[in-house]
Amino acid sequence: MSLDLLTYIFIGGSFALYIGIAVWARAGSTKEFYVAGGGVPPVANGMATAADWMSAASFISLAGLVSFIGRDGGAYLMGWTGGYVLLAMLLAPYLRKFGKFTVPDFVGDRYYSNTARIIAVVCTIVISFTYVAGQMRGVGIVFSRYLHVDINTGVIIGMAIVFFYAVLGGMKGITYTQVAQYCVLILAFTVPAFFLSLQVTGHFLPQIGLGATLDSGMSVLATLDKLSVDLGFAEYTAGKKSTIDIFCLTAALMAGTAGLPHVIVRFFTVPRVKDARTSAGWALIFIAILYTSVPGVAGFGRVNLIQTINGTDNTGTSYAEMPQWFKNWEKAGLLGWHDYNGDGKVQYAAGSAFNGPKGKPAFDGDARGEHGERAVTNAHANPTAKNGAPFANEVYVDRDIMVLANPEIAQLPNWVIALVAAGAVAAALSTAAGLLLVISTAISHDLMKTCINPNLSDKQELMYARLAAIVAICIAGYFGINPPGFVAQVVALAFGLASSSVFPVIVMGIFNKRMNKEGAIAGMIVGLGSTMAYMIYFTFMGGAKEDLFLGISTGGFGFVGMILNFIVAYVVSMMTPPPPAEVQEIVENIRVPRGAGAAHAH
Amino acid sequence: MSTQDNAQAYWSDNLRIIITYLSIWFVVSYVCGILLVDQLDAIPFFGFPLGFWIDQQGSIFVYVGLIWAYAISMNKLDEKYDVHE
Repeated sequence: MSLDLLTYIFIGGSFALYIGIAVWARAGSTKEFYVAGGGVPPVANGMATAADWMSAASFISLAGLVSFIGRDGGAYLMGWTGGYVLLAMLLAPYLRKFGKFTVPDFVGDRYYSNTARIIAVVCTIVISFTYVAGQMRGVGIVFSRYLHVDINTGVIIGMAIVFFYAVLGGMKGITYTQVAQYCVLILAFTVPAFFLSLQVTGHFLPQIGLGATLDSGMSVLATLDKLSVDLGFAEYTAGKKSTIDIFCLTAALMAGTAGLPHVIVRFFTVPRVKDARTSAGWALIFIAILYTSVPGVAGFGRVNLIQTINGTDNTGTSYAEMPQWFKNWEKAGLLGWHDYNGDGKVQYAAGSAFNGPKGKPAFDGDARGEHGERAVTNAHANPTAKNGAPFANEVYVDRDIMVLANPEIAQLPNWVIALVAAGAVAAALSTAAGLLLVISTAISHDLMKTCINPNLSDKQELMYARLAAIVAICIAGYFGINPPGFVAQVVALAFGLASSSVFPVIVMGIFNKRMNKEGAIAGMIVGLGSTMAYMIYFTFMGGAKEDLFLGISTGGFGFVGMILNFIVAYVVSMMTPPPPAEVQEIVENIRVPRGAGAAHAH
Repeated sequence: MSTQDNAQAYWSDNLRIIITYLSIWFVVSYVCGILLVDQLDAIPFFGFPLGFWIDQQGSIFVYVGLIWAYAISMNKLDEKYDVHE
């Protein structure tokens, strides 16, 4: 069967499954819409959390990132999993006991203040929108590459599917579709990973394969180090960023992970406090299956990529002989080649291939060059070989194609390629749905019901929730079709905001009974303000690298913002009156599991 | 013991458990995975430099273990203080 047909079958089949589940799990009340009625078994919630959490970034981009930056990618691997330890021990059980629907619910009630509540609503909405834009784009890329539709059409198809099950089913629909999506995405990630590992190392498990010894007598990692150094790259297993930068980046990603509203709300859906703890355990097991395969996929992918492009004799492969995947991705604009030395061969080495941001090629429309390659308009005038590489770099390879192209590079059967496409779509849709739900809940529940009109009936509130979900989907779709040119930085911003505002304010609310509204509000404003100012200054206003605070990059500054938040909140709370007795009682109450009951309305 | 005292004692035991597990979490992630990673890289571990392995894989296995150990410890603690559901 042709690849196209298989892709249609896999993606179409998975969509039919999601829609079927959505119809079966329609939400009839706000409780079902917001927290799936509070009766989700911990294993199912673990799977749903894993799918919710693992986005297009985890599925498509992470292995590519690790593949291209080597050791330093560990910050993302640790940061995006280690956050679950914080979540399980510091937040989830207590928030479950608190037993309302949203993060702003907790912040507003615990700090007896609608100002605090509204700051939390704003954080929730900003974090979720920045995140969702990238998901819609991911769906668009997969559709355009595999189903030969326009990226925009792909985005609209994705929107329609999410619309169907998020608006109809709310949290209940989302939870059970996410369980199905987890199964699709994990198969789609691990099956090619097994194949790749078996092919390169003879071991089934990529976790073990990465440590294996190749026929040449060298280990995979030593081979990677040698290949990298020969081509002028730094050693694969050596770190390039400063220790303090990696430290802060890891910490910010961990605290950010624990503070992401769409992940936190998943723990409101289980029946008991005890289930919140085990469901975090299940979630991390399901996440770890993918995350521990990533370093293997990254490593094997890099070896395959270098050897396919440069050939086994390391002199390059002529463009005419390049495999089809190279030309497909070139057509999609994610690969580019310019024959600097005029030998008709494609050569890959260190250094930027083109004179653009991140070395990206600017294509000259559909024009073709001498060898049939896409013509570029921003070739370097005098390209030079870097760091002792045998030739100047002629190729731009977008990091994001690594996972999607891997099965093609390794010449795996067509059904594996189709499965990967379905998996990437599942990863993007599941995360998008979770985020959209959080946005719609923040608007209907925290703004409409709690702040503006407490007399809303359950039915009216549900209607607002659905309306808000529709509006949110349209805005997300708009960002997917007209992506801001800075999606990657914007995702860093989401983690920065979560780690500098949501995470500390909740932790203090649980562990410091003396913390009052003045402290919490001051802390959030300082944490948020400093992190946003730092990121905006260095990302968009051309702040010089030398001016970075202690050399900490923007991604890691959320950690500094978090520390500032803690300090300011503590000092301010000490200078102002303690919280009222009934608030202190709430804190006493959430610290003890008994009496959680189902999540309740006001 | 009054309910109040019981809750206090439960909470301080809870804090002790959290501090123990988070110390392990910190040592594995930040001390082994980041601060001392170059020193640990000198030690070979099933074909990996040890620091690199902890950084990219080992830490994740430890996190899974920590959350489950925490969940089990807390279940026992809940029973001990009779605050379970």
